[in-house]
Amino acid sequence: MKLLEELRAAGQASNLQAVADAIPYARFLNLRIDSKGDELTTVLPFRDDLIGNTDLPAIHGGVLGSMLELTAVLQLLRASELERLPKTIDLSIDYLRSGLPQDVYGRADITRAGRRAANVRVELWQERRDKPIAAAHGNFLLAPLGAAPSTTS
Amino acid sequence: MAFDPFSFTPPFAQALGFEFIDETDGKLTVRAPWAEHLVGDPDSGVIHGGVITAMLDNACGRAVHLARMQVGRDEEGAIATLDLRIDYMGPAESGKDLYAQAYCYKLTRNVAFVRATAYTDTIEQPVANAVGAFMLGTPSERKA
Repeated sequence: MKLLEELRAAGQASNLQAVADAIPYARFLNLRIDSKGDELTTVLPFRDDLIGNTDLPAIHGGVLGSMLELTAVLQLLRASELERLPKTIDLSIDYLRSGLPQDVYGRADITRAGRRAANVRVELWQERRDKPIAAAHGNFLLAPLGAAPSTTS
Repeated sequence: MAFDPFSFTPPFAQALGFEFIDETDGKLTVRAPWAEHLVGDPDSGVIHGGVITAMLDNACGRAVHLARMQVGRDEEGAIATLDLRIDYMGPAESGKDLYAQAYCYKLTRNVAFVRATAYTDTIEQPVANAVGAFMLGTPSERKA
């Protein structure tokens, strides 16, 4: 049985922490979900193996890129019922400040949600939300629940 | 401090298993052996896009260090990724090692421009493509 189908069957479809925990890479990163009302914040607890620059030290750009993508995908899952996890078509990342060796927070906004694709903007911050450390916008391929099965993979 | 493009494997790159395997004509290749914790979709077992992003970033950084080394500018200090734009063309299939090849095609006084390709079987069938810009000679210590 498929991940999202399984969670729906268990009444856990809206439990995004359960979704994150079912994704091995998100579990490896230990991505936490803070869901209040209609707002979703991702939290990445700092640990030493997330470092990319040992001199500063600073968090690896790949960690921030990963968190941007995961935050966007979880926001899409929150917004609509999907058959499968959204697939990233493209992602454009701006690194704005070096990531301090401490927890990172993320929020995503869906700029446009179409039937087959969605455009999402994401920001990450640490000490202050108005001082983002990284931002991204990307396009994601959606598989809406109950849609005719796609013939391409 | 000079940066060695071949051993540039910070903690997170080690955690994901990135290793330098080849350098030819300024094109530098990195490999990540297949591992379960890199999976992004448990239904298909494909590698997560974030892993590919991290690998493209690592390979691009190494290519910048290599390009600086080749023109005798390897003492200029740390670099920082300014931006990275990634197109995902297909899945990095379950069970296959992932490769990324990067090339720094322009080095200016302050900025390096890089492109990179991620693939599993052959580079002719890319999993993802990236273009990025790196800031050169960034401070190696935080300002107080």
